[in-house]
Amino acid sequence: MKMLTRIGFWLLVAAVGLFSIFPFYYAIMSSFRSGSDLFTIAYLPERLDFSNYVAVFERQPFGTNIFNSIVVAGAVVALSLALGITAAYAFGRIRFRGRSLLLMTILAVSMFPQVAVLSGMFELIRAFGLYNTLPGLILANLMLTLPFTVWVLTTFMRELPKEIEEAAFVDGATPWIVVRRVFLPLMMPAAVTTGLLAFIVSWNEFLFALTFTLTNEQRTVPPAIALMSGSTAYELPWGTIMAASVVVTLPIIAMVLVFQRKIVAGLTAGAVKG
Amino acid sequence: MSSAVASAPSPARETAQGGRSSLTRSRIRAAWIFIAPTLIVLALIAGWPLARTIWFSFTDASLNNLADYEFIGFENYVANYDGEWFGLLTDPDWWHSVWNTVWFTAVSVSIETVLGIIVALILNASFPGRGIMRAVILIPWAIPTVVSAKMWNWMLHDQFGVINDMLLRLGLIAAPITWTANPDTALWTVVMVDVWKTTPFMALLILAALQMLPGDIYEAAKVDGVHPVKVFFRVTLPLIKPALIVAVIFRALDALRVFDLIYVLTANSRDTASMSVYARQQLVDFQEVGLGSAASTLIFLIIALLIVITMAAGRVRLSGDPR
Repeated sequence: MKMLTRIGFWLLVAAVGLFSIFPFYYAIMSSFRSGSDLFTIAYLPERLDFSNYVAVFERQPFGTNIFNSIVVAGAVVALSLALGITAAYAFGRIRFRGRSLLLMTILAVSMFPQVAVLSGMFELIRAFGLYNTLPGLILANLMLTLPFTVWVLTTFMRELPKEIEEAAFVDGATPWIVVRRVFLPLMMPAAVTTGLLAFIVSWNEFLFALTFTLTNEQRTVPPAIALMSGSTAYELPWGTIMAASVVVTLPIIAMVLVFQRKIVAGLTAGAVKG
Repeated sequence: MSSAVASAPSPARETAQGGRSSLTRSRIRAAWIFIAPTLIVLALIAGWPLARTIWFSFTDASLNNLADYEFIGFENYVANYDGEWFGLLTDPDWWHSVWNTVWFTAVSVSIETVLGIIVALILNASFPGRGIMRAVILIPWAIPTVVSAKMWNWMLHDQFGVINDMLLRLGLIAAPITWTANPDTALWTVVMVDVWKTTPFMALLILAALQMLPGDIYEAAKVDGVHPVKVFFRVTLPLIKPALIVAVIFRALDALRVFDLIYVLTANSRDTASMSVYARQQLVDFQEVGLGSAASTLIFLIIALLIVITMAAGRVRLSGDPR
């Protein structure tokens, strides 16, 4: 009986593991097969054929797309953190009238459906002359990252002991100095966590990127992959698409595995305590 | 909210103490200066566009000329010309997308909750390789939605897909299935890919709750010889229920606005279109900003209503919080 339970347990573990990994494994394998090879099904790799990887960078501006994604995600992370840390200090450490109401409003914004602001955002981006530009996407993506950045950083900020700033205030420091000298260093781990989450959100963002860009040179990675087309309208270049998918997913997976604990801490702080 | 109520009397007390009042006042001023940039940015990129979207829903604006439009009242929602009804609320495609979204949300979140509990229980047990396993289940979550949709599109390809090949080899199906094009399987396919992608998130939230449970209850249950299944339903489940409810609400709010997955997996197909897909199609593909904004506004109202309910429920819990 005990033996059976153990076998059952390990079968379950194996099933969950296989289900999690197989699609990505299959994408990697497909990315190394080209031509007619691709249209025969294989479960194990036979040989390494890099032609899909060459094609993805030669036949379309995929290098530019990756660069765009990095610029947009980087700027979104920097802006979210800069705004988020100052706001989180006020929300987490100072009691003032209307604090809870404001925090609740910000939390509500983080649950906004993107499509609810789509036409208004389109008009805004056009009005600023940012249509089909990276700054336009940065502005739009801030709506997705800023609210949860503030929220998660506030939860972290609240957990720091009270004595820290009291000592500084007694010494006559201004709130700004307290934020910069005392809280910024203490908040680094939390900033890394929320920064990572914001980076992933922006890196994966699709709806805004699809709607607010027009030319392939201005696209970020998700719409570039979604709109990849082949030489004929009827057959999609699956090998190239898989190669592109692997290229953009590997860094994210590496990042997630390296920062696993931090990301899990951020996710649970944002949700469980929410 | 409860903390605002609790903090209300404290400034009065501090003023009475004299010395601290100026410090308190300067700190409150600093607080407003610190949150001002965030509030301004959010008002500009969330509040204003939302207000404009709602406004557009009462106009006949078109995408190629957003500056030139007229106020038409509720005609985007419902209108009657010569005894015939027009508008969003009379469009069967809209109601179909509402049904698709609700069905997708209910089915996928239910499956994800059950699987999430199972995966969380596995990860909560101690076994060699647990750390690796925890990393492995994060992989589907880390893959961008568009990429996972494309990966599954390829795996589900009707002629060259590996899923059909597997099922044919196992003898489970007699002929290849056109998973994403067949109306009978398309929405189930979307559910399956969503389950694959978001179960890790669910599992991690539940795991966090499981790890906060006191160990001695389980020791006691073990000593008393209570069957593990009974322990799960009588002890574990009630204890993790609050965390579970929060996780389910978060996932449900997320599922109700689903766009990427459906758009990439099945394109603009009527059989699977979600509310967001419908709204974007009206807005961008048909350039009907008025009608699209009306759909966006309704989506916003539905989700806002759920958020208000959630927060009202959350407030009860917050007031129980000693902080």
